Amino acid sequence: MWGLNLPVVLALAAIGGVLAWRRANTLVWLLYTLGALWAFFRFGFAVPIPQSVATIYLGITGLALVCYASSSRERLAETVQPIKRLILEPRYRLALAGLLVALPALAAYNVYADLTVPLEAPGFGREVHPPPPTEMTVHDETIDMATAENPYLHYKHDDPELYAKHLENGRRVYYENCFWCHGDGMGGDGMFAHGLNPVPSNFNDVGTLPILQSSFVQWRIAKGAPGLPASGTPWDSAMPAWEKFLTNEEMWDVNLFIYDFNGYEPRALGQH
Amino acid sequence: MNRNRILFGIGVLAFISVIVTVRLGGFLVDNEYRQPDRQVAAQEEQGEAELTPRQQGIVDEQAADEAEARARPYEEAEYRAVPFVGSRVTVWVLAQLHLLFAAFVLAVPLFAFIIEFVGYVKKEERYNKLAYEFTKLLSVSFSMTATFGAFLTFGLIILYPKFTNYLMHIFSPTFLPYVLLFFLEALFLYSYYYGWGKFGPKMHLFLGFMLNIVGTAIMFIANAWLTFMMSPGRRDDVDGDGVPDFVSAVSESGALLSLRDAFFNFTWMPINIHRIIANVAFGGSIAAAYAAFRYLQAKTDEEKAHFDWMGYVGNFVAIIAFLPLPFAGYYLAAEIYAFSQTLGIQMMGGTFSWLFVIQAALIGNLFLGANYYLWLGMGRMEGGVHFQKFIKWLLIAIALCFAVWATPRYAISSVSEIAAMGGSSHPQLSYLGQMSAKNTAVNILILSTYMSFLLYRRTGRQSVHPHRQLLTRAQAIVFSSAAALVIFYGVYGYFVDSATRIRFAIPQVYSVLAALVVITVIDLPLYRNATQSGETKWGKIPAVSQYALIFIALSFTWLMGLMGYVRSGLRQEWHVYGVVLDTSPDAYTPTLGFATQVVSVTVLIFFGLLGVVFWLSSLGGKKDWEPKTVADGGDRLEGGQAA
Repeated sequence: MWGLNLPVVLALAAIGGVLAWRRANTLVWLLYTLGALWAFFRFGFAVPIPQSVATIYLGITGLALVCYASSSRERLAETVQPIKRLILEPRYRLALAGLLVALPALAAYNVYADLTVPLEAPGFGREVHPPPPTEMTVHDETIDMATAENPYLHYKHDDPELYAKHLENGRRVYYENCFWCHGDGMGGDGMFAHGLNPVPSNFNDVGTLPILQSSFVQWRIAKGAPGLPASGTPWDSAMPAWEKFLTNEEMWDVNLFIYDFNGYEPRALGQH
Repeated sequence: MNRNRILFGIGVLAFISVIVTVRLGGFLVDNEYRQPDRQVAAQEEQGEAELTPRQQGIVDEQAADEAEARARPYEEAEYRAVPFVGSRVTVWVLAQLHLLFAAFVLAVPLFAFIIEFVGYVKKEERYNKLAYEFTKLLSVSFSMTATFGAFLTFGLIILYPKFTNYLMHIFSPTFLPYVLLFFLEALFLYSYYYGWGKFGPKMHLFLGFMLNIVGTAIMFIANAWLTFMMSPGRRDDVDGDGVPDFVSAVSESGALLSLRDAFFNFTWMPINIHRIIANVAFGGSIAAAYAAFRYLQAKTDEEKAHFDWMGYVGNFVAIIAFLPLPFAGYYLAAEIYAFSQTLGIQMMGGTFSWLFVIQAALIGNLFLGANYYLWLGMGRMEGGVHFQKFIKWLLIAIALCFAVWATPRYAISSVSEIAAMGGSSHPQLSYLGQMSAKNTAVNILILSTYMSFLLYRRTGRQSVHPHRQLLTRAQAIVFSSAAALVIFYGVYGYFVDSATRIRFAIPQVYSVLAALVVITVIDLPLYRNATQSGETKWGKIPAVSQYALIFIALSFTWLMGLMGYVRSGLRQEWHVYGVVLDTSPDAYTPTLGFATQVVSVTVLIFFGLLGVVFWLSSLGGKKDWEPKTVADGGDRLEGGQAA
C-alpha cells in the first residue's frame, strides 16, 4: 500500500507502541528513532530508497536527535543518566562487557559489509533538462534561443484557418516520425519506448512542455541527441537530429502540434 | 614567566634559522663551478682570460634573450596566468574574501544604528554600549575590505586585462562616484566610531544614518557591474504586444549603447534586495560569533552576561533577516529564469542544481542551529520548563521540512538502485523533490522558527493584558491558518499545471509574511509590561550554545560562498553573458567537488582573518601595558610565584 512494505512499518510501529507503554526514557527513544528510521528507509519501502538519500535523512535525524537531547540541562542529564549507570553500577557489569564487545564487533561488521558489496558499474547523475545554447543555426537560419518564438503561434488569433493548416501539417509530421517513440497519446510510451533508456519524453507531463519556451523544444527537435551540450554527459538519448530530415516549417509545425494536442502554451519570454 | 620562555624560544629559533641559512648559502656557493684558481691567475697574467664553456653559454643565452626581447613587438595581453592555482581561482578567492568583509562592513552599521536608535528612544545606556561593541568590529574590517578590494582590482587588471578594459569601457562613468562614495564612507565610518560619545545623540545617529546610505549606494554601484555580466540589458515591452522584449545595453560587437540599460539591468534590483537582506543576516551571525568568542574567553560573570546578551542580539538580527531571505532568493532565481531559460535551466535543472541540494542541507542546518540556540536560551529564564514540552514537536516539524527540502528530484543512485526504481527518481520520494514540496517545507520551517522565538519570548513571562486569552487564541488561529494555507497550496500544486503551480508560491509566501506581521503586532501589546516569574540570567547558558552561534556564522559564510559561485558560474564560458566570451584556459566549468573545495578554503581563510579582526577588536578592552617596577622584580625574586 502506498509503495510501503507494510509488515516492516507495522513492526516498527509496534516496537514504538511498546516503548510508549513501558514509558521508555529519552535515551531509549533516541536510539529507537534512529534505528527505526534506518530500518524504515532500508526495508520500509516496496522500492528501496537510494543509499545517498537515506544517508541525507539519517544525517538530519542524527543532528536533530543530538539537538533534542542537549536542548536543556535537565534533558541532557536525563539522557546521559542511563549511560552513567551502565558504566558505574556493578550490577550492569555484564551488560557493559557485552557492549564493549558489541561496539567493536559492529564496527568490524560494518567494515566487512562495506568490503563485500557486490561489484557493479558506478551510477551517475543525469541532467533532466539540458541547458540550451544561446543561439542555434538550422538550415542556414540563426535562431536566438532567448527571444525566438514559434512563428506560426500568432495565427491562432490572427488567422485561425492558417493556424489549422499548420496544425494539420504538424499532426502529419508527428504521426509519420515521432509517435514511434513518444506514443499515440504523447505519453512517452510509443512502441519503441521499452527499448530505450532513458525513456522518451512524456509530453502530457505538466512539468515538461509548459515550463519550456518553444525555442527550447525546437532546439531538441532540430538538433536531437547529437546536439546535446558537452556538459552533463553521458546523455544516452536516442533522439535523432530532425533537421537532417525535416524542413524548418515542418519542425515548427510539429512543435505547434504537440503543444496544441496537450492543451499547453509555451512558456512566454520573461515569464516566471 | 611564560612570556620570558616564549621570548627565549623565539631567540633559539632565530639562532637556528640563521645557522641553517648560512650553512645553506655556503653549500650552494661551494657547489658552484669555478675555474681552478691557478689557471685563472695564469690567464690573467698573460692577458688572455678565456671564458669556460659554461660561462660562454650563459653569455650567449643572455644575448639571445636580449635580441629576442628587442625583436618582439608589443602585444596587448588578453590573460595572464598564475602558477599552480590558476588565474580564475585567484580572482575567485579574492572576490569572495572582498565580498565577505564588504558584506560585514555594510551590515554592522545597519543594525548598530538601529540598536543605538532603540537605546536613544528607550533611554537605556546598555543599548548604546552594545551598538558601540558592534561598531568596534568595523574599523579593522573596513581596512580588510579595502585591502581585498585593491587586491581584487589588481588581480583583475593583471590577470584579465582585456576583459577589465571592456568593463571600464562600459562602466567608467560610475568609477568616480564609487571612489567618492568610498571616501565618504570612510569619513562617516570613522566619525561614527571615533565620535562615539563626542557628539550629541542626534548628530551621532545622523552620522550612522549617512554611513548606511553611503554604504548601500556603494553596493548598488558594484552590483551593477556584476549583474551586467550576467544580464547585459533590460527587458521591456518595446513593441507593445504584451510580450517582453530584450533591450540590450550593448551592440553585437559589445559597444555600449546605453549606460542606463547596462546599470539598471535585468537582475540588478533582485540582487540589491537579496544582498541587503543577506548582508544583515550574515553580519548579525558574524557579530554573534564574535560575542560567542568573547563569551568563551570571559572570566567574570559580568563579562559573560554582556557577551551572552550581545550574542543573543546578533543572532536575533541574523534570524530576523534570514526569515525573508528564501523569498528574496526565490525572486532572484525567478528573475534569472525569466531573463534567460538557458541560465534558468542550467541553474535549477542542470549541473548547478546539485549545489542547491547542498544549499538545502546548509539552510536546514541554519534553521536547526537557530532554533537550538533559542531552546537553549530558555534555560536562562526561570520558568522555562513550561515550554520545553513543545520542543519535541517543533523539532519533528523542522527535521521533516529539512528532509523534504534536501530531497533531490533525481537521486544519486547505483545501477542496481536505478534498475529497482525504474529510473533516476524514486516512485514515492520524487514527489518530495518537486517545487510544491520544497516551497511548503521552507514556509513551514519559517513558521516553526518563528514559533520557537515566540516561545522563547514568553518563557518566564506572564501577560497582564486584560484580553490576553482572546489575543493568544487569535495568534493561534492566524498561525494555524497560515500553516494550513501553505500545506493546502503545497498539496494542490500536484494537481495543476506547472505555470499555475509556480504562481502558488506567492499566496504561500504572503500568508506566512502576513502571519508573522499580524502575530508580532498582537504580541507587542500582549506582553508589554508583562510580569516575570524570574530574572533573566544572562551568562547562564550552556557553553554549547556559543558553539551553535559560531556554527551558524560558519554556515552563513559557506552558503554565501556557494551561492555566489552558482550565480557567477552560471555564465559558464562567458565573461559577459552572450557578449564577451572567456577564451582563457580557465573557461571550463569546474567540477562541483572542486568548486566546493575552493569555497571551503576561502571560508577557512576568511575565518582565519576574522580571528585577527576579533583579536584586534578585543585589544581595546585589555589592561594597559605597564613597565615592571623594581619592586615587582624584587617580589618575584623573593617570592618566586608572587607575580
